[in-house]
Amino acid sequence: MAERTKPPETRTETAARLRHLLETEGEAVHAHVSVSNLRREQAYEATDDIEALRSEARSIKEDAIDRLPELIETVRGAVEENGGTVYVADDAADANRYISEVVDGKALPDADPSVVKSKSMTTEEIDLNDALEDEGVDVYETDLGEWVLQVADDTPSHIVGPAMHLTREEIADLFNERFEPDEPFETAEELTRFARDHLGERIREADVGITGANFVVAESGTMTLITNEGNARKCAVTPDTHVAVAGVEKLIPSTRDLEPFVDIIAKSATGQPISQYVTMLTPPTDSPTLNFDEPDAPLVSAGADGESADSSDAPESDREFHLVLLDNGRLDMREDEQLRETLYCIRCGACSNSCANFQAVGGHGFGGETYSGGIATGWEAGVHGQDSAAEFNDLCTGCTRCVDACPVKIDIPWINTVVRDRVNRDAEPEAYDFLVDGLTPDAEGGGLDLGKRFFGNVGTAAKLGSATAPVSNWLAETSPVRALLERTLGIDRRRDLPTFQRESLVDWFEMRGGAEASRQRAERATARTSGADIDREVVLYPDVYTNYVDTDRGKAAVRTLETLGIPVSVPDLPESGRAPLSQGMVATADRQASRLYGAVAEDLDAGRDIVVVEPSDLAAFQREYERLLPERSFERLRDNSYEICEYIYGLVENGADAELLSTGSDAGDGHADDDRGEPIAYHSHCQQRTLGLEAPTTALLERCGYAPQTSTVECCGMAGSFGYKQEYYEVSMNVGDRLAREFERAETVVASGTSCGDQLETVLERSVPHPIEILAPDR
Amino acid sequence: MTTDTVGRFERELEDLEVGLERVPAADASERIASAIEAPAVGTPLPFEGVSQPDSVMTEPTNGDVASARTGVTPATFAIAEYGSLAIESRPAGDEPISVYPDRHVAVVAASDVLPDIEAGFDRLEAQFAERNSVVFATGRSATADMGDLVHGVHGPGEVRVIVLEDR
Ligand code: SF4
Repeated sequence: MAERTKPPETRTETAARLRHLLETEGEAVHAHVSVSNLRREQAYEATDDIEALRSEARSIKEDAIDRLPELIETVRGAVEENGGTVYVADDAADANRYISEVVDGKALPDADPSVVKSKSMTTEEIDLNDALEDEGVDVYETDLGEWVLQVADDTPSHIVGPAMHLTREEIADLFNERFEPDEPFETAEELTRFARDHLGERIREADVGITGANFVVAESGTMTLITNEGNARKCAVTPDTHVAVAGVEKLIPSTRDLEPFVDIIAKSATGQPISQYVTMLTPPTDSPTLNFDEPDAPLVSAGADGESADSSDAPESDREFHLVLLDNGRLDMREDEQLRETLYCIRCGACSNSCANFQAVGGHGFGGETYSGGIATGWEAGVHGQDSAAEFNDLCTGCTRCVDACPVKIDIPWINTVVRDRVNRDAEPEAYDFLVDGLTPDAEGGGLDLGKRFFGNVGTAAKLGSATAPVSNWLAETSPVRALLERTLGIDRRRDLPTFQRESLVDWFEMRGGAEASRQRAERATARTSGADIDREVVLYPDVYTNYVDTDRGKAAVRTLETLGIPVSVPDLPESGRAPLSQGMVATADRQASRLYGAVAEDLDAGRDIVVVEPSDLAAFQREYERLLPERSFERLRDNSYEICEYIYGLVENGADAELLSTGSDAGDGHADDDRGEPIAYHSHCQQRTLGLEAPTTALLERCGYAPQTSTVECCGMAGSFGYKQEYYEVSMNVGDRLAREFERAETVVASGTSCGDQLETVLERSVPHPIEILAPDR
Repeated sequence: MTTDTVGRFERELEDLEVGLERVPAADASERIASAIEAPAVGTPLPFEGVSQPDSVMTEPTNGDVASARTGVTPATFAIAEYGSLAIESRPAGDEPISVYPDRHVAVVAASDVLPDIEAGFDRLEAQFAERNSVVFATGRSATADMGDLVHGVHGPGEVRVIVLEDR
């Protein structure tokens, strides 16, 4: 692991750096990636068997990484038999040295060797251009985006669209200054023509073409290059020497295994059905090389035209091919149970595109030395070391929207959680630890960032806050306390703090008679309405926020269930582990998961349904618990836990009477008529969407006479603790503002998550309840 | 393949702004001649009874390739669902001739228009076993790197497809 070379940024420094990116690059990045994200969604929807395709792609990668050492030998055999060379480079220096030697040997006497390149993040990872230039080699990027960066001396802000942070005007200014054209460049068309001609010449003169490879078929030595411009085709075919640089993880066993990847990569990257050029080269290829220095020489030397019978034993090819397979930490990642999945990544950028924080700041903020976006945490930790990952890892809020996007189904949020945990454990103990010690019954070592430790133990703080409310609320809003909270815990003083309720939901429920009274209420309701007799019982999970802060939505949930004839209990249950998970405190979360499961095991045995109001807690039960509980326990809880609106919708679908709920005004007599219903703006919760649970709420709202308008923004920007943190407050508000703009005109706005509601209340300056509060029957 | 498959191919190409013409083999030469913009270079067409028109140079020099406006090559097969052309890297130079000139005219037998990518990979398996190289080219070369979508970057900005309906 790399030594820390520079002191970590302070919160204020991080905030300033991100603010600068929001202002300078955010708009351009957002414009590009939000479109790609939308198109990706549409492309997935238009593909019948998309789930099967993603699963197939994943299982091929699982198998390939499993057999990696064997595949390296297979491809070596195949490429050598074809007449090429394979070099497995241990690290960046090794790869650069090898490639420099190959290039050096190709120059004409008295001339500097020249290289043309097509886009390759792997060569960015090893800083190949610098290494070659140090040796006196002229290097030209031929992908237009990469070339713009080369001219600007800038770095990629996205793994697929490396120059997307620059606007056309900025590129035009740059080119006008650098190339001083007679007529200044203005349009994209003019810039593209100039680039094509300029780079076309470089390609014709080049001694060596260097490309990456998206996939390498081990059995035949065929490599796949995917581009829209066609530059990789020219770089590979024109010079007589071709060097392909690829991470070892690009190997797949057979031609058949290539099919799902060719099918899916453009869909996930840009939403195109297929990219313009899928070049599948088995080098050295049969294509004649093009020697533009000799314009009068025939393209095809005599006797080698396509029809000649002797093409199988054609004259010795004048082509030379080197496949450089890069390890640079990958084989260690393969041995690392948690990072291994990163190697399945096909670098499509879908995780970046689907990420609200990435959309706001781009890859220069949400990225490390080379890679950017959610998966970059895994890549950077693996190839450059944990420190590079630590610089941006906290920008992943665990919203999970990338989980639906990733074509190989990588659990990207989990990789971020694990790396955060490792970073936490490596940190030095802080001076203020004593401040939170009493509040933090966690299972973490010293040295954990105080703010993280506080938010990871937020349940304990909330309990205390509630017990001492309203004094705690008054105190918390005083400026000395806000200053202290900011200095010690990094809680931004501009952010409203939650208001704790003196009476928790659990206490309220007990006061009104507990489970027994609830049973009677439910029975009376059933008798009164002669509604469907649905024989279910519910345990309503009192998550931290519903229990101590936003008790109204919990009460609404209880009333709604009872009205539909369902008896409820609200026991004092342990925390779910969501809070520590979001801070990378895996051991604490693990302990809480076990406690929670122990506490509900009897209810599960008794056949009760666990109903959850806060989507992020449900997501813990249904996603992360798979890694924290024994398989059977996980499955039992997953299969018997429900989001509140999903559950109510299920009841209604099974005969419960929707008219007992508060219906939209347009419904009049309770029958949703032909009119579209009463407009309502609904922001589902990010993790709820990933669980596929936005639709049941929307459907329930429709059943009840509303016409929900859903948000297109992936996440509210608040994301639990994220929006409270001083260094991220402005990013959070930037994301929140986009959401607010969608809902500005709406009369009623509802949101499923606490943080989403808080964020919307802040930016819209109005009350934003949970949908269940709108739907709950009038008292 | 069935006319349906060619129809699907045609519709996909339309979305990609690529024109498709169906012609009998006997008329192919003449139709190619009218689809090109001179100067044109090409590779031999491996379809019975079809040859390149006189206006297409089939034994070009390097300089001819550099200055050609049109390149004419066969496509080994095509994939209807995506409108993709499979161009093989033959020693005759199909790869450079299909990528360098600004216009690419591809000639494909109707029987080689395959319905989907799966059928395409059935053919590729045999190709790669022979250590061949193939490019799936779909539509026109494009980039948005300069701030707006522009066609004809490094590859052709114009593509035309001629389907030999009786081959
Ligand atoms: S992690 Fe998945 S979504 Fe992200 S770049 Fe890799 S393959 Fe694409």
